[in-house]
Amino acid sequence: MMSAPIISLESLTNTTSAGQLLTIANSGGCASSSCGSSSTPTDMNSATWEKIKDHPCFSEEAHHYFARMHVAVAPACNIQCNYCNRKYDCANESRPGVVSEKLTPDQALRKVIAVANEVPQLSVLGIAGPGDACYDWNKTRATFERVAREIPDIKLCISTNGLALPEHVDELVEMNISHVTITINMVDPEVGEQIYPWIFYGHRRYTGTDAAKILHERQMLGLEMLSERGILTKINSVMIPGVNDQHLIEVNKWVRERGAFLHNVMPLISDPAHGTSFGLNGQRGPNALELKALHDRLEGGVKLMRHCRQCRADAVGLLGADRGQEFTLDRIPLEPLYDGGKRHDYREVVSRIRDDHSAAKKEAIATVASVNIRGSLQVAVATKGGGRINEHFGHAKEFQVYEASQTGIKFVGHRKVEPYCHGGLGEDAALAGIIAALDGIDIVLCARIGDCPKEKLMEAGIRATDTYGYEYIEDGISALHATEFGTVPSQATA
Amino acid sequence: MAFKIIASQCTQCGACEFECPSNAIELKGEKYVIDPKKCTECKGVFEIQQCASVCPMPNTCVPA
Repeated sequence: MMSAPIISLESLTNTTSAGQLLTIANSGGCASSSCGSSSTPTDMNSATWEKIKDHPCFSEEAHHYFARMHVAVAPACNIQCNYCNRKYDCANESRPGVVSEKLTPDQALRKVIAVANEVPQLSVLGIAGPGDACYDWNKTRATFERVAREIPDIKLCISTNGLALPEHVDELVEMNISHVTITINMVDPEVGEQIYPWIFYGHRRYTGTDAAKILHERQMLGLEMLSERGILTKINSVMIPGVNDQHLIEVNKWVRERGAFLHNVMPLISDPAHGTSFGLNGQRGPNALELKALHDRLEGGVKLMRHCRQCRADAVGLLGADRGQEFTLDRIPLEPLYDGGKRHDYREVVSRIRDDHSAAKKEAIATVASVNIRGSLQVAVATKGGGRINEHFGHAKEFQVYEASQTGIKFVGHRKVEPYCHGGLGEDAALAGIIAALDGIDIVLCARIGDCPKEKLMEAGIRATDTYGYEYIEDGISALHATEFGTVPSQATA
Repeated sequence: MAFKIIASQCTQCGACEFECPSNAIELKGEKYVIDPKKCTECKGVFEIQQCASVCPMPNTCVPA
């Protein structure tokens, strides 16, 4: 069943001995010594690619290989958003702003070292709430200074609402903070007024359109300053139906004109139980198809991020597989010493297999694009990293969604699910939830699937197969596409 | 005159601590506390009390 030869990244990430890692590293993968440049995407210069190739949030391709961690060290905030409840802590929910514990800069250093020793994929440290990294600047700076001293090769990253960004841009440059995310939900104060009840700026509180106007001006200035200095920016926008959904097309234009690198439009998460203003007032979030429709309308503007998982503010690991609960303060050593062995070995292996993956991906995409068929195939993939169809259906906590069409194979999003096996719901309830989450999907690709869930999915109109198990995702989809539509090159039908 | 923090509603974000022009606020154990001897209600420095203006929780940073 398996296509050979494969270096299992899973074996790497589960292995404890560096010796074992190197044995695996040397046993396969790309044999050429000239590896290294071919994986640069064609739509990007190599300097930019160097900046993002191991940042899972700035590169969809990187998110199959590399992990980030967030430390909640900067809890003070200078604005109030209607989708945020400042009193809320929760260990079990996965959404932005939520943490189970806040950390001091010293505790954060301890945690980063503990994670770096255990999670070989770790490449990025971010400060992303609760609170604002630029407003609570002294704690942000203290944390980064400590970590950079111990682990110089970790990429530093912040997320901010932008209000206090302009006054810290020069320090960001000095501290080598290479990636900044700004949350921008509007460019019109009339829209902003519906999202931000107040801001605190210049020693006083502003409300209404006055507040939104100041915030907007500071966000645009901060973005321009970062672009001038070559810091890559990602713009996060929360899609709020009826408030800013259509307006985000305008936001995309404004941030493109000011040099934004990536635009991440994500759905509002809203529930009365969260105690947010939007949640309590019945403001709903968009469904998966509404989000995709907006994403599709935004194509052609700033490059879109479609692989965001809207992670917790204390997330650890690959984007789709949070390991934060393994690294709470009570579970990590008091004075861990940094050992970069596992991270080093992992990077070495990834650099070898990545070119192989990239070449396979390009070929698969070209093959699909060469077939002259109208319409598209929506494919949901169960994966646990490394760019392969390597997760069992029953273990998947999410499915990555790809669209195969005349334009090739495109990652378009993900669907979170309660796993079929070992979920809290029981198998029947879990399957009902999975079927609902897979709305609009034609076929599921996974490493293994039992006959029972397969038949029930089929009854719901969703096919599932493990025929392409362990292949690269794009290879599997290309082979599937050929089976579905027949291989008819466009020139033959012209 | 001074302000006080209602500890049960406080999120311990610490914004008031660094906005206070009188260094009157500090974290004692799990709670942020305003020292009434140091608190000036920002008189003569700012038009409005900084702690109460930045506090994200309504009616949490209030006159003592």
